[in-house]
Amino acid sequence: MSMRNVGIVYRKELTEAIRDRRTVISTILVPLLLFPVLSVGFGSLAVALVGKAKEETPKVMLRGGEDSPAVVEGLRKLDKIDIVSETPDWKDQIINKEIRAAVEVPPGFQTDVAQQKSDTVNIYNYEGELKSEFATDKIEKYMKDYRDKVVKERLAAKNLPDTVLKPFEVKRENVAPPEKVSGAAFGGIIGYMVILLCMTGAMYPAMDLTAGEKERGTMETILSSPISRMHLVLGKFFLVLTAALGTAALSVLSMGVSFSVLGHYTGQTASGRAAAAGFLLKLGPKTVISVFLMALPVAVLFSATLMTIALFAKTYKEAQSYLTPMTFVVIIPAIAAMLPGVELTPKLSLIPILNVSLLCKELVTGTYHWNLIAIIFSSTCVYAAAALFLAVKMFQRESVLFRS
Amino acid sequence: MIEARGLSKRFQDKKRGEIRAVDNVSFTCQPGKIYGLLGANGAGKTTTLRMLATILEPTDGTAIVCGHDIVEQPEKVRANVGFLSTATALYRRLTAQEFVEYFGRLNGLDEPTLKTRVDAIFSRLDMNVFRDRRCDKLSTGMMQKTSIARTLVHDPPVMIFDEPTNGLDIMTARTITGFIRECRDNGKTVIFSTHIMSEVEKLCDTIGIIQSGKLLVEGSLEQLRDKYAEHDLEEIFIKVVTPHYVAEEAN
Repeated sequence: MSMRNVGIVYRKELTEAIRDRRTVISTILVPLLLFPVLSVGFGSLAVALVGKAKEETPKVMLRGGEDSPAVVEGLRKLDKIDIVSETPDWKDQIINKEIRAAVEVPPGFQTDVAQQKSDTVNIYNYEGELKSEFATDKIEKYMKDYRDKVVKERLAAKNLPDTVLKPFEVKRENVAPPEKVSGAAFGGIIGYMVILLCMTGAMYPAMDLTAGEKERGTMETILSSPISRMHLVLGKFFLVLTAALGTAALSVLSMGVSFSVLGHYTGQTASGRAAAAGFLLKLGPKTVISVFLMALPVAVLFSATLMTIALFAKTYKEAQSYLTPMTFVVIIPAIAAMLPGVELTPKLSLIPILNVSLLCKELVTGTYHWNLIAIIFSSTCVYAAAALFLAVKMFQRESVLFRS
Repeated sequence: MIEARGLSKRFQDKKRGEIRAVDNVSFTCQPGKIYGLLGANGAGKTTTLRMLATILEPTDGTAIVCGHDIVEQPEKVRANVGFLSTATALYRRLTAQEFVEYFGRLNGLDEPTLKTRVDAIFSRLDMNVFRDRRCDKLSTGMMQKTSIARTLVHDPPVMIFDEPTNGLDIMTARTITGFIRECRDNGKTVIFSTHIMSEVEKLCDTIGIIQSGKLLVEGSLEQLRDKYAEHDLEEIFIKVVTPHYVAEEAN
């Protein structure tokens, strides 16, 4: 096999790809900008909105409580809560966001508490509405503190220690290393992102180098040159593969930097986002190399498959209509791997895409099941080789190249 | 030299069944001569030339191009052929020079030879003004010159032109016909297809009339005039083709 000719085709395709605005956007700009926009952009917006919501002094309507002055007094003294008088349309006011919540103190509440009778304080809110939730949390905290105070007083009156109600503590402690914890939480996303972006990175060049070439009339030009069809396919294929792996690499890089910036910006070191940032930054070279080594046959599989399918199309638009459904074929197993409880087994190791997705989840937690890795790598290589073989065969079929 | 031996090409069509695009066609093209394949649209000209250029594989028969069999040694055949048609477009994102160099490299030229060849061709075709301009910014005439440069870069002994002037304005068409003549004068074997009678009259040493995939008649212009007792090539063409056309319509 003359690698010289493959190299000539590859260099020419690379030159054309770099000069094509659409390829540069889909392969370089989108993966570089997607995560900063999604995480830093939306993250900052969310932080700003939550901050603003917390700044607001919500109006809470008090229902009843005329015979419980101490409780009412305590509620009125709450910081950043505006207690308003009762009106009959309180429910509508909550729904219309005129007030954020309503608290109902039952008749004779204070007397009942003093006489150790049980009562219920109802808090009405707009579930899921951020400002209503904040107001409800404050009222609820006040009422719970009040309850704890009453309990303490009752225990003190009977000379009983606090341990009567709390004879022992239950404590949960994590023993797994931080990278394993964050890996278990975010490992699935890494596999999903790498696989999906390999696919999206390969899609545009795969269409451009096959159906696009037919549409522009250069297919006949290149077929009249002495290069063999196999060398031609391989040259094109390596360019599509470069785009697939390049897109995935840039995306992971961009994701790491974005989460890191976001973690720094929010200052919430214990939050999920910041954990993700720490996790990505903690990914050692071994894990990164392992993930990309496993992504390589997947990228080969995608590049060859997409090229084969797109070659059937006469035009770029027709190729788009063939390849768009392929996204779902890839997304479904990739998402399935993210479901809780789905773990790598020898049988699942043979299912393309799902196997690599699940493996990535394990690799980022530092778990290496070498026998399964061997099955996955070899089976994916077989699928990839079959797809590449099919692509070469399709390039030799006149009915495909000159479909009219 | 080109020697077609019983070339045939059949396609399968879902609606029409088997189509014989080219049916047992044999002819010979000599070096330093122009062979014109004359036929109506759909007569089988393009399929015949695509088979000679090894872009399509014959269903039956074969052809020998510069001593190489088109079925057995397609890559060697292509290395000896320059193929030009209005369907052979340019890579829009490459410059004229990059485009020609790409095909030079694919034809196995080493870098010093390639540079010498490209410089010589660009000077001869007066292409130096636009050699660094991207192909999508070229005029039709410039594009045709670039295509010509692409076919010449490896100095092939055989030139195949498939309706090369189709849809071109008169000035660009003249560039092409001038180039075809030049190829003959340089001793190359030239075959070209067209349905434009005036081009055939002006250029061809041998004319083959093709209809429904069959080569119906072959000879020099004078021989055809004598045989059909007509001076005008268009009248000769109608006389040759009409009986077959009528039979085809009846079927």
